[in-house]
Amino acid sequence: MNTEKKKGWKEIPMAGVCWVPSTSYLTGDWKIYRPVWDSEKCTRCVLCHLYCPDGAITWKAKTNEMIFNYDYCKGCGICEAECPTNAISMKLEGEP
Amino acid sequence: MASEWKFTAKEIAERPDLFMSGHRACAGCAPATVHRLVLKATRGPTIATNATGCMEVTSTIYPFTAWKIPWIHTAFENAAANASGIEAALKILRKKGRLEYEHVDVIAFGGDGGTFDIGIQALSGAVERGHDFLYVLYDNEAYMNTGIQRSGGTPLGAWTTTSPAGRKIPGKPQLKKPIADIMVAHEMPYVATASPAFWIDLIKKVRRGLEVEGPAFLHVIAPCPRGWRSDPSKSIEISRIAVETCIFPLWEAIDGEYNLSAPSKLMALRPERKKTVKEYLKMQGRFRHLFKPEFEHLTGKIQETVDRRWQKLLKRCNMP
Amino acid sequence: MTAIQQKGQKVIALNGDEAVAYAVKQCDVDVVAAYPITPQTIIVEKFSEYVHDGEVDTEFICTESEHSALTCCLTAAAVGARTFTATASAGLALMHEILYVTSGCRAPVVMAVANRALSAPINIHCDHSDSMVERDSGWIQVYAENNQEVYDSIIQAFRIAEHAEVLLPILVGLDGFFLSHTLENVCVLPDEVVRNFVSQRQFPLVKNHEGKLVPFKLDPENPITIGPLDLQDYYFEHKRQQEEAMQRAPEIIKKIHEEYAEISGRRYGNGLVETYRLEDAELATICLGSTAGTVKTVVDELRAKGVRAGLLRIRAFRPLPVQDIIEALRNVKAIAVMDRSCSFGGYGGPVFHEIRHALYDSNPHTHTVNYIYGLGGRDMSQHMILKIYQDLEMIIKTGRTEHLVQFVGLRE
Repeated sequence: MNTEKKKGWKEIPMAGVCWVPSTSYLTGDWKIYRPVWDSEKCTRCVLCHLYCPDGAITWKAKTNEMIFNYDYCKGCGICEAECPTNAISMKLEGEP
Repeated sequence: MASEWKFTAKEIAERPDLFMSGHRACAGCAPATVHRLVLKATRGPTIATNATGCMEVTSTIYPFTAWKIPWIHTAFENAAANASGIEAALKILRKKGRLEYEHVDVIAFGGDGGTFDIGIQALSGAVERGHDFLYVLYDNEAYMNTGIQRSGGTPLGAWTTTSPAGRKIPGKPQLKKPIADIMVAHEMPYVATASPAFWIDLIKKVRRGLEVEGPAFLHVIAPCPRGWRSDPSKSIEISRIAVETCIFPLWEAIDGEYNLSAPSKLMALRPERKKTVKEYLKMQGRFRHLFKPEFEHLTGKIQETVDRRWQKLLKRCNMP
Repeated sequence: MTAIQQKGQKVIALNGDEAVAYAVKQCDVDVVAAYPITPQTIIVEKFSEYVHDGEVDTEFICTESEHSALTCCLTAAAVGARTFTATASAGLALMHEILYVTSGCRAPVVMAVANRALSAPINIHCDHSDSMVERDSGWIQVYAENNQEVYDSIIQAFRIAEHAEVLLPILVGLDGFFLSHTLENVCVLPDEVVRNFVSQRQFPLVKNHEGKLVPFKLDPENPITIGPLDLQDYYFEHKRQQEEAMQRAPEIIKKIHEEYAEISGRRYGNGLVETYRLEDAELATICLGSTAGTVKTVVDELRAKGVRAGLLRIRAFRPLPVQDIIEALRNVKAIAVMDRSCSFGGYGGPVFHEIRHALYDSNPHTHTVNYIYGLGGRDMSQHMILKIYQDLEMIIKTGRTEHLVQFVGLRE
């Protein structure tokens, strides 16, 4: 919940120019299921990164890891459905 | 045309997302994936513009913006005119030495309502004038932003709130407008269709559309779980089956010469792999009524239409 | 004449549309996008000639509609270009949606409107119905009396619209056919003088989503998002900002009008309103545009007979120069407001609404009546204007207003 005091008309940029990146708005609490990644099964094909509507999965080249950002993941399950090696499984939020 | 742009999945993965996380599109929104992938294919400084629609709304809820690149929205019916003005300004400012970039690409995004229907005049005009821009149609086959009303892009038989599955009239009685062919008829340099499931094909086509001099048009199928009454996790799969059933074949027309793209070429060469339209329809609640006995003949009609259009396309592509 | 000679100006015969095109040619405009419509057509025709003869460095977009024409100007302006368009009547009506978007996006587009009646029935001749409809659209509106003023106003318009304190689009109205198609001698400035006067666009800084202060334009290095979805929480604030820009505009209009007077030797009142023999007047008419020329002749005739008649011409209708209007009419006893458009079902015409409202607190005892005239290009003769002044005399004499709103020049 955004409780920040709203700015007045003299304080905001003109013409409706946006001053906050969408990354400051967390959509992670929309989800019911969350994707859980199995590093062993994963081939790093990065399809999950490419298909994710929310850019919530990134590939970290340095460590060769897939990073799931639960702050943005909406739990749609596309990554699980598209993973060719079943390395992603959707788990109910709150369950291990 | 410039030489083929080569890339790997990991290279694409390493490119930053210019369409940022935190946008408010629904879970499983394929149009959001399409926006991400399109921007992954940019080649340098780019300015984008959207027609009014889901992606415009969900990406820029003030004061937030999901756009890392300069972006403007003005109205519903004029995305191509937005692009025209941007392109013209870039051209003249460069000529006058008031632009520091050697080149800036211009991409206009429009949904099916903003493209097939209310925006077709501005689009046709912009293409006729020959502005150098890429128009990306993300086609979720109805006015989803206003709550699932039928558009010129809604397919035959589909339920929408203005083409309900009634007792007498089961869904939309009309066919989907062949928008990409209409664009080819403009004799524009580049027209293509794409599906996010075949992301390599999509990304390459975006790049070709940017590289070509003059207007380019890319028609992308973009499943909407809310409007299609489909499982959010199946959005990519549906956009794949759309190709495998030849409901949404992938092709490109360079200077009016049609060519099947690899995923659809496979269907042409191995017709036994072509799936029946029922496999596509059954995944989506918007077609559920077509499986009632009294309306089953409609699935046959849909199959016939798909086959007819597919044969027409094969001829255009000089395929046997 | 001496002013003309000193500034190296020359006199050429131009109709109103040509005067617009000539001014635009001199203003280093980057993008012109337009669609032809009578009586604006000559503007785009003439400008096309400049483009095709290589006389201008301008991207000229012949769009498929007025809607797209204004859209092109809006987005080109957002990229940083100086932009111009022109239209009339149905064309302006088709632009309606984008007029609001243009002002909301704070795009300093300059537009000439060859004022023409709206359909139906279709009519190509002058009235102000087209631009009066747009009085709430967030555009500055200036109406010219003659072709000289048309030329001068267009040049000033770029400076006003692009001024950092304003950044609003501006509409310059010229009466269809009465000005657009009528040849008059127009005194034009040398190209370089105009170019120096308009200079180049400057860009105020805005805070973007990266937390940086960046120039207000679409620039890949310094990205900004323009035209987002703005809901209950901020839309109102943005509209308030627009109103603030409008409130700042009168001073800027006056200042630029004065600067222009220095290079041209020409003034139109204070740039907002022009008074004619109003100082000691008892009877006043108020009008916009070319009708003022005819009224001035009538005023002279009446003055010769000893009648204390005067004229107030509103040059800037948006923002409405309320204080100037009140000041100019302070000692007047009866006022006739002339409206060249009809607000069907309203309490008089749109100019009348505003003037009567402006005067209400300052001088509620002044008689203010309204005459709707000249719809669809109907001529407004000296005789009809004379009759209006006679009506005002009668009102003063009797202290009574017979009819608050009347139609003049209409057959029963």
